[in-house]
Amino acid sequence: MGTEDKSVPRLLTGNEAVALAAIEAGARFFAGYPITPSSEIAETLSRELPKVGGVFIQMEDEIAAMSAIIGASLAGARTLTATSGPGFSLKQEAIGYACETEVPCVVVNVMRGGPSTGMPTLPAQGDVMQAKWGTHGDHPAIVLCPERIDDAWELTIRAFNIAEKFRTPVILLLDEIVGHLTEKLVLPLKKQPKLFDLPQNVSKEGYLPYRFDGEYPPPLIPVGQGVPYHVTGLLHDETGFPTNDPDLAERNARWLVDKVENHKDELADVELDEVDGCDILVFAYGGCARSARGAVRMAREKGLKVGLFKPRTLWPFPEKELQEAAKTAKRVVVAEMNLGQMAHEVEWALGRSIPVELHSKLGGEPILPTEILATIEGRD
Amino acid sequence: MERVDYDKYLRTSRIPHIWCPGCGHGIAMKSILRAVDHAGWTKENTVWVSGIGCSGRITGYVDFNTLHTTHGRAIAFATGIKLANPKLNVVVVTGDGDGTAIGGNHLIHAARRNLDITVVLLNNNIYGMTGGQCSPTTPQGAKATTAPYGNMERPFDIAGVVAACGGNFVARGTVYHVNELEKLMRQAFLKHGFSFIEVMSPCPTAFGRRNKMKNAIVMMEDLKERSVSVKKAKDLTDEEREDKIVNGVLLDRDKAEYTDLYRQLIEQLRGS
Ligand SMILES: Cc1ncc(C[n+]2csc(CCOP(=O)(O)OP(=O)(O)O)c2C)c(N)n1
Ligand code: SF4
Repeated sequence: MGTEDKSVPRLLTGNEAVALAAIEAGARFFAGYPITPSSEIAETLSRELPKVGGVFIQMEDEIAAMSAIIGASLAGARTLTATSGPGFSLKQEAIGYACETEVPCVVVNVMRGGPSTGMPTLPAQGDVMQAKWGTHGDHPAIVLCPERIDDAWELTIRAFNIAEKFRTPVILLLDEIVGHLTEKLVLPLKKQPKLFDLPQNVSKEGYLPYRFDGEYPPPLIPVGQGVPYHVTGLLHDETGFPTNDPDLAERNARWLVDKVENHKDELADVELDEVDGCDILVFAYGGCARSARGAVRMAREKGLKVGLFKPRTLWPFPEKELQEAAKTAKRVVVAEMNLGQMAHEVEWALGRSIPVELHSKLGGEPILPTEILATIEGRD
Repeated sequence: MERVDYDKYLRTSRIPHIWCPGCGHGIAMKSILRAVDHAGWTKENTVWVSGIGCSGRITGYVDFNTLHTTHGRAIAFATGIKLANPKLNVVVVTGDGDGTAIGGNHLIHAARRNLDITVVLLNNNIYGMTGGQCSPTTPQGAKATTAPYGNMERPFDIAGVVAACGGNFVARGTVYHVNELEKLMRQAFLKHGFSFIEVMSPCPTAFGRRNKMKNAIVMMEDLKERSVSVKKAKDLTDEEREDKIVNGVLLDRDKAEYTDLYRQLIEQLRGS
């Protein structure tokens, strides 16, 4: 299996799909550190990247890997790293650095059971809040979460597009179910994402790498092109130099968050299934959405009016889309493999106007469709 | 010493700098600039990367593409830059806390890989920026804010550690011996492969005052008195060498460099 023969249907795992889609998206630099259940991404890229002139490096730890992809991105490469829980924790300081220095990159986290070493080979969705709040300080968060292999392919490409356009790290959050499951991929996808073309011929004259007043950040002129700007994790002005001026510092900090929050509509990405006029709305994402689909089908066979809401962008949270989908719902069921990280968000988004019931499961076994069905029917 | 137009390389609008009077870091910065000038490196092809600390502030003052990164990780950032664009010259400036404590792992691995970057470690035996806590190079018995009764730990011979890990060039110099330092810097900057230079740079504020060296002049004299050449050091006993600063070239060789090896792999796979 290589990067050739793109139109031939292929069997791929989620991890392989992410790796190959990254190359498709133009990624030419990967730095990582082995960790289950994400290692196949590193392994695939170690084989495939040099074939397309890209570079793979296994670093000495996850902090180094995260730092290296930021460096490579500043040098002009599209970059990614991949990890799981413990490694994702280690990367957080550098993720914050990428937020503050507005360096595009993609960070894949294939979730395992946690906390700590947790359950390395088994699925969980316990890093949903960490993906948003893992690094210190107010900061932007864009998090995409696939359910299937075609999803994984498409969202990987979308992750790179968003990272470049918003000049910020994008987290691609898989769980072990999606990372290790094998499915057929037929290209081109029905919704084949277009690659984001960076604006060309950015003027070097008077270049301000950190303008705070645009719609989007100015494109990054890579280092080594004769524009000697400064990059620092200290709060800075529009030139990039550190500032202690309270107004400038606040503008810098707000800009990072605003540039994302102002484009919530553009970033919102949800899959809806028969939500119009539904009595019960099921909310599920990632590997859990697969079980939720089965549960919803069984419930409909029993005559219940059940809709499915699957966010593919977890952060920013698609609250408007959720409010719309839940318009007629009398109950919302959230199925997730954590203790309710998204259920709280759903409750908040709906203004506590509709009862939200959580079906959660820890321990490493996927939630079964019949289990979600029981919650839909109010039997548990 | 060559005459160099420093203003050409400095962001004069960012000066005055933050360093204390008598700090060695400014002398080290000038030495690096002379080496960069001598190597013919320009703003178009050179990137400076630093970590966090007083040493790390150098990147704010030199007019190149500069990265002031996170504490200890400058070498890891530099690794990404160099691999993504091997044509760039990459200078890393780090401190003894930055480079040997929190960043020690990245230092030894970059040396092992023999990546073509130049790492300058400014060793003032203390955490300067945070006010004088112990570092892994604080001498045994010295006082620090976190070693009020004297430091119990043995310090790193960090140049020795790096030389043991790999790389193509390792040297040590001091900001007192500027002419000799310039020669070492030139060699380090011209060397293809990983090169490392440890620069002893006094911190009168956070180290000297607590350790019976009341000002910068006394600290400079201390550097002078304790220094011996690599050659002379060979004739000393371990005990005699204990508090000496061994200056000169510790490693100089030409092992295969990492980005060259990677380029060869790409060419081989792509059949060109
Ligand atoms: C992760 C992290 N831990 C701690 C700090 C606090 N800190 C800032 S500078 C510094 C020590 C720097 O000492 P050194 O590298 O010796 O440089 P010097 O200031 O002496 O030049 C520390 C511990 C930090 N910025 N980040
Ligand atoms: S505290 Fe020490 S290292 Fe920092 S600027 Fe002052 S003298 Fe230099």
